Formats: sequence, structure tokens, C-alpha cells
Amino acid sequence: MSAVQAQESDLVESHEVVEVAASQRSRIVSGAVLVVVGLLCVFGFGLGSHAGYDATFHLSPPGASITVPALVAPARIVSIALGALVVAFGVWRIARGFSRRTMRWVVGVSIAAVVFSFLCWSLTGTKGTSLDLLGLLQQTIFLAVPLILGALAGVLCERSGVINVAIEGQMLGGAFAGALLGTIAHNAGVGIIAAMVAGGLIGVLLAVFAIKYVVNQVVLGVVINLLVLGLTGYVYDALMARDQNTYNTPPGLHAINIPGLADIPILGPLLFQQNAIVYAMYVLIIVIDVALFRSRWGLRTRAVGEHPKAADTVAINVRRTRFINVVVGGLVAGLGGASLTIGSALPFGKSMTNGKGFIALAAVIFGRWSPRGAVGAALLFGFADALQNVLSFIGTPVAIPSQFLSMLPYLATILAVAGLVGRVRAPAADGEPYVGR
Amino acid sequence: MKLELRGITKRFGSLVANDHIDLVVEPGEIHALLGENGAGKSTLMNVLYGLYEPDDGEILLDDVPVRFAGPGEAMAAGIGMVHQHFMLIPVFTVAENVMLGHEETKAGPLGWLDRRAARRKVSEVSRRYGLAVPPDALVADLPVGVQQRAEIVKALTRDAKVLVLDEPTAVLTPREIDDLMAVMRRLRDAGTSIVFISHKLKEVKAVADKVTVIRRGKVVGQPSPSASEQELASLMVGRPVKLTVEKEPAKPADVVLDVEGLRVVDPTGVVQVDGVSFQVRAGEIYAIAGVQGNGQTEVTECLLGLETPTEGTIRVHGRNVSDASVHDRLRLGIGYVPEDRLHDGLVGSFSVAENLVLDMYDREPFAKGVAIDLRAVAANAAMRIDEFDVRTPDAEALASTLSGGNQQKVVLARELSRPLKLLVVAQPTRGLDVGSMEFVHRRIVSERDKGTAVVLVSTELDEVLGLADRIAVMYRGRIVGEVPAGTSADEIGLLMAGSTSQEAAVTGAAPHGASNE
Amino acid sequence: MSDAPVAEVAASEPKHTAPSRARRTALWLRSTHPVVVTVLAFVASIIVGGILIFITDTPTRKAAKYFFSSPGDTFSRGWHAVSQAYVALFEGSIFDPHTAFHGSFWHALSPLSETLLNATPLILAGLAVGLAFRAGLFNIGAQGQLIIGAVFAGYVGFAWHLPVVLHVIVALVAGIIGGALWAGIAGWLKARTGAHEVITTIMLNYVAVALLGYLLTENGFKRSGSNQAISRIVDGNARLPKLFPAPLRVHAGLIIALLAAAGVAWLLNRSRLGFQLRAVGANQFAARTAGMDVGRNYIVSLVLSGALAGLAGCSQILGTNSSITGDIDAGIGFTAITVALLGRAQPWPTVLAGLLFGAFQAGGVTMQSRTTTPIDLVNVLQSIIVLFIAAPALIRALFRLRGAADTSGQQLAKGWNG
Repeated sequence: MSAVQAQESDLVESHEVVEVAASQRSRIVSGAVLVVVGLLCVFGFGLGSHAGYDATFHLSPPGASITVPALVAPARIVSIALGALVVAFGVWRIARGFSRRTMRWVVGVSIAAVVFSFLCWSLTGTKGTSLDLLGLLQQTIFLAVPLILGALAGVLCERSGVINVAIEGQMLGGAFAGALLGTIAHNAGVGIIAAMVAGGLIGVLLAVFAIKYVVNQVVLGVVINLLVLGLTGYVYDALMARDQNTYNTPPGLHAINIPGLADIPILGPLLFQQNAIVYAMYVLIIVIDVALFRSRWGLRTRAVGEHPKAADTVAINVRRTRFINVVVGGLVAGLGGASLTIGSALPFGKSMTNGKGFIALAAVIFGRWSPRGAVGAALLFGFADALQNVLSFIGTPVAIPSQFLSMLPYLATILAVAGLVGRVRAPAADGEPYVGR
Repeated sequence: MKLELRGITKRFGSLVANDHIDLVVEPGEIHALLGENGAGKSTLMNVLYGLYEPDDGEILLDDVPVRFAGPGEAMAAGIGMVHQHFMLIPVFTVAENVMLGHEETKAGPLGWLDRRAARRKVSEVSRRYGLAVPPDALVADLPVGVQQRAEIVKALTRDAKVLVLDEPTAVLTPREIDDLMAVMRRLRDAGTSIVFISHKLKEVKAVADKVTVIRRGKVVGQPSPSASEQELASLMVGRPVKLTVEKEPAKPADVVLDVEGLRVVDPTGVVQVDGVSFQVRAGEIYAIAGVQGNGQTEVTECLLGLETPTEGTIRVHGRNVSDASVHDRLRLGIGYVPEDRLHDGLVGSFSVAENLVLDMYDREPFAKGVAIDLRAVAANAAMRIDEFDVRTPDAEALASTLSGGNQQKVVLARELSRPLKLLVVAQPTRGLDVGSMEFVHRRIVSERDKGTAVVLVSTELDEVLGLADRIAVMYRGRIVGEVPAGTSADEIGLLMAGSTSQEAAVTGAAPHGASNE
Repeated sequence: MSDAPVAEVAASEPKHTAPSRARRTALWLRSTHPVVVTVLAFVASIIVGGILIFITDTPTRKAAKYFFSSPGDTFSRGWHAVSQAYVALFEGSIFDPHTAFHGSFWHALSPLSETLLNATPLILAGLAVGLAFRAGLFNIGAQGQLIIGAVFAGYVGFAWHLPVVLHVIVALVAGIIGGALWAGIAGWLKARTGAHEVITTIMLNYVAVALLGYLLTENGFKRSGSNQAISRIVDGNARLPKLFPAPLRVHAGLIIALLAAAGVAWLLNRSRLGFQLRAVGANQFAARTAGMDVGRNYIVSLVLSGALAGLAGCSQILGTNSSITGDIDAGIGFTAITVALLGRAQPWPTVLAGLLFGAFQAGGVTMQSRTTTPIDLVNVLQSIIVLFIAAPALIRALFRLRGAADTSGQQLAKGWNG
């Protein structure tokens, strides 16, 4: 007996493990990129900006009970300094290299440095312009809401092993149903529920075809998107375009200030003066993140997504688990759609989601299929979107056409899935239909 | 609990996988189900476990007929199954895997997991049956033997009274096999019945109380475990079987393959191959033995060029090929039979004819400028199908419709249909029936006799002992011993478990004493 | 729960020794042969479309308000709306008795010509998407590739001045290069970084649209003297000639599309490159073990795919239209996906699918102008057809057909890992 009761630590595999240095070539390439980008900051944003101007960043809304002083930075110097920092990172990378974990921080800090230096530069376009930094962050959250909800929907589906390319369609359907039924019922609540139901129904469609009829899931998602696009466009033309008042003036939602929390400097106006959909989103983020890793549902979902056959042999109904997850994901995505019409008090427009569903999907991948990662990635993409809005306002020393600015979120997404991610590991059975019993 | 299967029949289309099978397993008995690959053993167990519904026949527990609609009901009735390919989720811990499906949850409707209770349950079962498993380790980090123990614990935590072990020894070192057999005996003595499915005669003889032999879906006999291996093998296959491969002694010539200082570190930092060097001459079979996961796969991938070593050189006929592409190495005269034929060897949705030219479509006589000479492809297919006796309705049939043995013949036919300097075969007879196994072995030997250098990688000790002229044993990424043909199985077994060459040579010479009851 | 293969075995054994021809035809009609499935999918989508028209048509809904007092009214109005819409669809695409006899003989062929005109870019873009599918890639970026192809071809068309035949050839080449380049970006990203092409090609669509928007405000590109977002006019020498006298608009792009289909068929079935592309698409691991360079194949497939989409752009700018607007794509990029799916990613069936959906587009224009039914109905019909054919099992269930599970039309799903 005693021979078998070995030390537990001995049982774990003990192949030798070494620190993996990135190959020489990849170090030089990534270091060179950092150097070039840093030099761009130094010369382009730094020396290219008008000397002597200050970049002013406001941090609290007018009339707040606790004011935070605005951040004032001498634009040129800051830009040059930040650029120099990035160049230094690049040189170090070429010469010594960073470990993989440090490299992620380096990249993150570099991106923040480049963005900040870019902002300093833009603010020197006209003397006296200031940037409402708080406003920028608020815009970020606002634009990120549909992305976050879409990403959460994506996480729910993909973790159980179903690829959901139809997030775009679910959001569009949700936006449409929310606008239509919200207008007819003159009630935002009805609209929100209708939006979620629409997303859920599209989820049912996706689930039935993917799980029962074993259709290729990527193709299915694309076709569902086209179907929803066609349906909403059709009904828009048939009903809404002819009579906007009766069919397409959705009621909005009031902002609800949470007493106490809403007065915290910076975080208050940012997080706690939002509408009901956003608060629901906060709850969803926490619930999904906790439940996925600590509840029975979460364990089974992840099991089904990683190794459905193993789950089947312990009597877990793989298809039903996936079905439920996909439909619930649809409900969440539908809520994301509601945020576009009811949450923003905007009428529905044809194809108004404009790729947000795909950006949400990219956020899932970029966030490595974890709820927190996906939310973080969605915030990043929201920031890119907000940045492009703000820039068309404040103007830049060298005029950048608005169309190029509008590319920013899409280019950021490409960069994220291509450049910064490297190879990621999806749930092992993601996209593979279960052809067991 | 007495388990009886009466007249179980299961058909898939026109194939009868189980044909009126009767089986009785008394409580406290180790009952071996012996049969070659494809005989129907796994199908039978899947019927028992509720994964398939039988077309005819019934299952009785303690003489009471039962029907299982799914594994849940089978488990609830006390049937536990340890599958050949583990049903463990690599990214979960042992405790999470064990609790999956009947999770311990804290009070309340939300179903929050009670990890502590799960851990306790695992430790308790562990202690009771002497199966040490670390509850909080990730399954992916555990060696295969421990993973299997986790599977057994999983079944036992559900109060299994009948434990079915499906080919459990395929991935174990000889020492781990002995440990497993000790566990089996302990469980039996405690009253659990064990159904031990295998095609390995030595193991069946070592541990079984009763043996039932299955061939082509039917029960063909219930020999005593003390019958000779020859007898058991003949029953299994249906004709007298030669248990050894006939071959002339090797006539090795010049060095063809020279591997020096090979080192492979995978992206997560684990050193898979740690300074491997060896040479292979023309006209000899050099076997690399060892349990799966000790670096052999990485070595073969480096030979073909699918994997780039961190350090080391590979030379073929003196020429350094370490930087050559896979394509160039194939052109140079390297043939490669991968260990997973469906995943890496064949394109399932291509026809047999297309698969037969998969790595030769861009050279004479199949390539005609930028086009493919379809007639040459068809002619080649007809020739190879005939030569290798590939059973297929026609050359245009999809490769996925062939049986395992015929698929392997296609891969082999392809590689052997061009002049080779070096042939690398990995697990060539995995999942094959005896007939196909014999064929593959014969072709490998005949290729050697033509003067080709052959590198054989296999986890099947019998295959290594039967075919090899020289044997290298890999353990934890290193070659721990290089021995000539004729070395005892015990010595090699010890090397496979990590002993040094000296220890193994000394101990291996002594008689093997572990197979007593 | 067993899949009942045993029952199938028993049922399909004929009771008589030699079934008559009529019986054999009946059996074929009740099987899940792809042609049968396609026709039934078509029927199913017409029905769904009809329901959609029924519930959104204004007169019908007005009549529905007093449904219980006179139900006949609702149904008759509904039937009227639906039949009008489908009749208009037919008249716009095949034959229109209202206008056929009002002019020369050619006038009668006008609907067919419109069908062919609409089909031309759909065939080309459908070939593009289909080729990528066969190579294992999802090219959702046909829209962006078409736009960039049109931009390049259009620019050569209006900025350069070359003699007659040469100009159009150079413009075509430019369009091919434009589309190939745009798709090549996604291909290169996939090969080098593993970035999934679904996301990159869709993002590149939006970038292309923004780029076009910018170009339409730039002086060298946009038409001078106009405030509209419209480009300069393409030189006459660079236009693709019409195939028939006025008023028929179908142009030589159709010939190019058919040649392209032949080319793709040859490539896939008889060429070495095609063998590689198909192998990588079917099993990239076996392909790699056989010495094929998977990354390079991805790039080549997307480049070829983009080239075809670029040709679709050429058809738009050098054939159908004479200048570029923001709507140069006209939904072709996405409709092409449904065309490729309907054609099951094979060249000649894609041509047929392109013709069918071209008919829908042509008919849809007439439907929108003559009835109150918006043209988006056509998109709905197309999507539903494709959904149904993607799930033959569903058709089988709906129409109670027989036949073993048909897995030939389904590619083994590839996740983000592969």
C-alpha cells in the first residue's frame, strides 16, 4: 500500500521546464516595430506639434459636487517623452528581450503612451482646445455597452462549444424589435424585453441548425446575419419608413444616479450615472464571470465545450446544454441591440449595428474566451470608437479626413486579432458539432 | 453484483458488430474479454454502458433485466467504465473531473460548487482503494498512469460495482501495468467485478480469472487463463497464428541517418527532447521504444521537418537536412507513415487514388506542367490497390470509407511506391486487426531488405521485439539505452520505466517474478 | 436512442424485382438528391416570403382589423399582394408581357438581359467565395475586394487614356490586382499570425467602404463640378462592350464570368495548384505532412479569390455603370456568399446559382417599383433558400422525404483553432 501512496507533488509530470526566450528574429522584429512607433511619436507627435501649447484634459463634469482638477501637460514635451519611452522599450527588446509576461505589459504601456502622445499632439491643433477626458471615457463606456453585451453572448456560446458569428444579427434584430415594439407600446421596458426575445429567437435558430442539423457554424452565422439584415430591412421599408411616428420612435431611458456612488470623483460620473441597461450589464458581467467558474452550470458548460464526449459519458446532455447556452447568449446579445436603439434613444436604421457584432466576436477571441478578458477587450475597442468621435471634434494639427478616423475601430480590431494576440486557444471542442447520441 | 449479457446483438447498417453475445460476470471476479481490434469488444461495452441500444438481447443485473437509456442510468445501476481514450477534461483538475455530472454543491438553488467536499470524496476513495491521485492538479499536467487512476477513482466515487476497463494498458509502462494489476486484484478482493477488455495475451493471462474470446462479433470460446498464448491467439484470430515475425538477419551498410544533439523545447517551455543522438544504417530497422509521451513523436516530426528542433542536426547520407522543408525531405527519399493516419496521413474526403499521390502530385509521372495527369493517377491507383490488397469498391471511393487496416495500407502503399533512402514509421499497426498487422510487418521487413534504413517508433513492445535490429528506449526525452535485438523484454521494460542501462541489464537478466496471483 | 439505420435498411429494399420507370422517378423525387433539395428549398422560401408579404402589406392589415366580420377580405387582399409581388418578380426577370410588345424584338428579351446583367457580378463574386471555401477559408470580404477592384479599374478607366482594346484590358488587370491585393492582406495575416479570416475580411470591408468614401471627396477621383459623391466617368475605350443592341444592357462581363467559371473548374480539378488548395482545405495536417506549405496556400487562395471579386468590381464599373458611387457594391459582396453556398462551392453550379439570384435581383427591382413590396424581400428569399439547403435533414423532415443523412454538403466545421 505504501508504495502507492506517493507524495502528491511527485505525481505531477516533471519534464524539465525552461524559460522560453522568444526567438532572435521575433525579438528584433517586435523591437524594431516599437522603435519605429516610438520615433513616430517623438518626431511626428512631439516635434510636429506646436511648441509651448498645453494639453488640457478635463476630468470632472461641470457642476459636480467634488471637482477634480484638470490634467494639464505641456504637450510637446510629454509627446516626446512618451515617444522616447517607447523607443527605449524597443531598444531593450532588441538587445535583451523581455519575458513573455513582461512583454504584454510593455505592449500595453506602449499603446497607452502612443495614444496619449497622439492626443497631446491633436490638442495643439488650435490654441486653447482642451479634451474632456472624462467625456472621452464616458463615451468609451457608452460605445462599449453593445460590444460588452455582444462579447458576453459570445463567451456563453463559445465556452459551450458553439461558434456564434451571428452576434451581429442578434444585435440588429434586438435593436429592431426594441425600436418597433417599444414605439408601439410606448414603453421602454416592453421594448427591452422584445429585443431580448428577438435575440433569443435568433439564438434558437442558430442552435437548431448548428446542434440538431449539424450545419457548419461559421457559414450558418453568416447566413443568419444576412437573413436578419434582409428581414429588418424589409420590415423597415414596409412599415417604418412610411410611418416613423407609429413604428420607429423608441422611448429612451433615463439615467439613474446611484446615490453616494455617483459622487465619487471620476468613477462616479463614469460608472454610476447610467441607465438601466448598463446596470443590468454590470450585473451580467459579474454573474457570468462568477458562475462560469464556480457554479455547476459553469462547470458543465466548460466541460461540454472542451470535451463533449467526456461530458456525455457522465450523463450530461451535451446538446441541451449547448442549446440553452446559445439561447441565453441570444437574449444577452438582444439586450445589446436594445442598447443601440432604446438605450441611446435612437430610431432604428438599416444595418445600424455596422459591424459591432463582429467586433464583439473579436473581443471574445482577443480576451481569450474569458468573461473578464472579453469585457476588457470590448472596452478597448469602445475606446477606439470613442477616440475617433472625439478626434473629429477637436481637429488635429494636420487634418486627418474623417473617413480615415472612422476606420479606427476596424483597424484596431484587425491589429488585435492579428498582431497582439499570437496563437490563442479556444475551447477545445469549439465549433465541432457533437455527433454522439 | 452479478452482471449478465444475454444474446446481445447490435448492427450498424449491414455490419453486425455484436452477434448474440452471452457473457456472465460473477461478483468479485476479473473477467477478461479478449479479441483483436475490430472484434466488437468496445461496441459491447458501449451497449452495456447505455451509449448504444441493442437490437436484440438483454442485460441482467442480479438476474433482473435492466434497460439503460444512457450512461446516467448505467452509472446509477453501478456500472463504471474506464474508456480506452480517457474521458477526462485536460484543463480541469482531478477533483473537477471526478465531480462532473454529480457535482457536490453548497446549499441553495444556485448550484455553487463545493470544492472542498469534492476534494474530500476523492481523498476518501483514494485511500480506500490505494489509488493515489492529487485532487487539485490539472489533468493535463499528470502522467498517463496517474490520469488513468483518476478515471478509476471517478468510476469508484459513483459506487461502481462492476468496473469495465477498456484496453487500459495501451499507454502504461510495464511497471505501471503491474501497479494497475495490483489495483485490479485489490478491487476484486473487495467484491467489485472487473471486466478487462484487451487484445494483449500476456496481460490477460497474468490477471484474469475467466476469459471470454470474441471474434467478428461472436463469442468463440471461454478458454482457461492458463491456456497457452498460442491457443488464445488462435482462438482470437481464427487460424493458427505465428507470434513472431519471420525475418533474415539484417545486413546493415552505410550510415543513412545521422541525428546529433537533437533538442526540442515546446512553446510552453517544456523540454520534450533532450539531446538525442543516433545513427541508422541502410538495411536495418532501428526501433525507438518507449511509452507514449517521452519525446518519440517529436523526434519523428523533426526527422520529417514538421517540427524544428531548438538545437541539433539531422543528416541524411551526410547531407545536412535540418533546414530543409518537408517537401524537400520527401523528395530526397524520406518516407513517412504518421502515427495518426486519419489526422495526418490521409485526406478523408479525397479518393483513394488521390491519397495515393498526396505527396507526389507535383512530380513525374503525375505532374504534366501545371496540370495533373489524371490517367497516370488512375493507373497508379489500380496498381497499388492490387499490390497492397487494399479492399475498396473502387479507386474513387473516399478514403474515409475504408477500414483502419486498409487506410494504413494506402498510406504505406504511397510511401513505398517511390525509391526511399529512409522510411520512418510511427505506430504502424495501431488499431489494426491481426491480418493487417502481419501484412504491414512483412512490408516493413521487405523494405529493409531492399536496403532502406527504417526507423520504427512503437509503444508495442512485442512489435519492437519482433521487428527491430537495434532498439533505443526513450524516457523523458532522452535515449536511456540502446540495445541489440534479442534483448529481453524485461530489460527493455525497465528502461522504459526510467532505469539506467546498467540497472536494467542486471535486473532484466533475472527471471520476471511479478505475475503471481 | 439509436439512429435507426436498421429501419432504413429494411425500408429501402424494393418489394418488386424491377421498379417501373415511373416508380423510379417517384423514388428519385422523394430522395434527398441535391437538385430535389434545392427545388424544395426554393418552394419553402417562396412560401415564407409569401407569409412575410401577407403580414406586412398595408391593405391586408387594414382588412385584418375587421377579420372576423369578413375574413374573405383579408385573404383576398393578402393573396393579391403576394401574387402581385411574385408576378412582378417574374416579369422583371424573365418575361414581361406589359413591355414585351412595345418595341423591337429586343425589348421582349429585356428582363432576361437584366437577369444576366445582375448575374454577372454575382457569378464572379460567387466563384470568389466558393474558391476560398474549397481551400478551407471563409472569405466574407468580397464586398471590400469588389470595391477596391472597382476603384483600381475605375481609376485606370477614367484617369488614363489608352487605345480601344488595350484600355479595357489594362483596366481589367488593374481591377484584378486591386481585389487580389485587398484579399491578400487577410491571407497574409492568416498565414503569418493565424488571425481568423472571418474577422479580418469583414473588418477590411468596412475599411474599404471608408476608403471609398474618402476617395469620392478627393479631386483626382471625384467628378468635378458636382457636389455628389460620384467619381469621374470611365472612358469609353475602357468600357466592356454590350453584347446585344439597345435596350439590352448585358455586357461582355458575362463572357468573362463564364470563362472564369471554366478557369476555376480547371484549376480545382485538373491543376497541381488546385490539388494543393483542395488538400489544404480538406485536411491541413495531412497536407502539411505531405509537404504542402499551408500558409502559402492560404495566401494564394485568398489572392485568387480576391482577384475574382475584383473582376466582379470590374463588371460593375466597366460594364454596368460608368462611374463609382458609394453603392458600387450594391450588396453583391454578401449576396455572393449565398450564391456560393447554393452552388455548393463548385464552379458550374455556382453559375446556375448566380443566374437564379441574378433573376431575383432583376425581378426585385421591378417588384419594388410596381408593387408596394420592398426589394429586401429578395434578400430574405435568398437567405432562406440557403438555410434550407444547408440542412437537408430539415427539408427531409418538412417534406417527408427519404434518404440517408446527407453529409456531403457539410464541410467539417473548423473552429478558431484551425
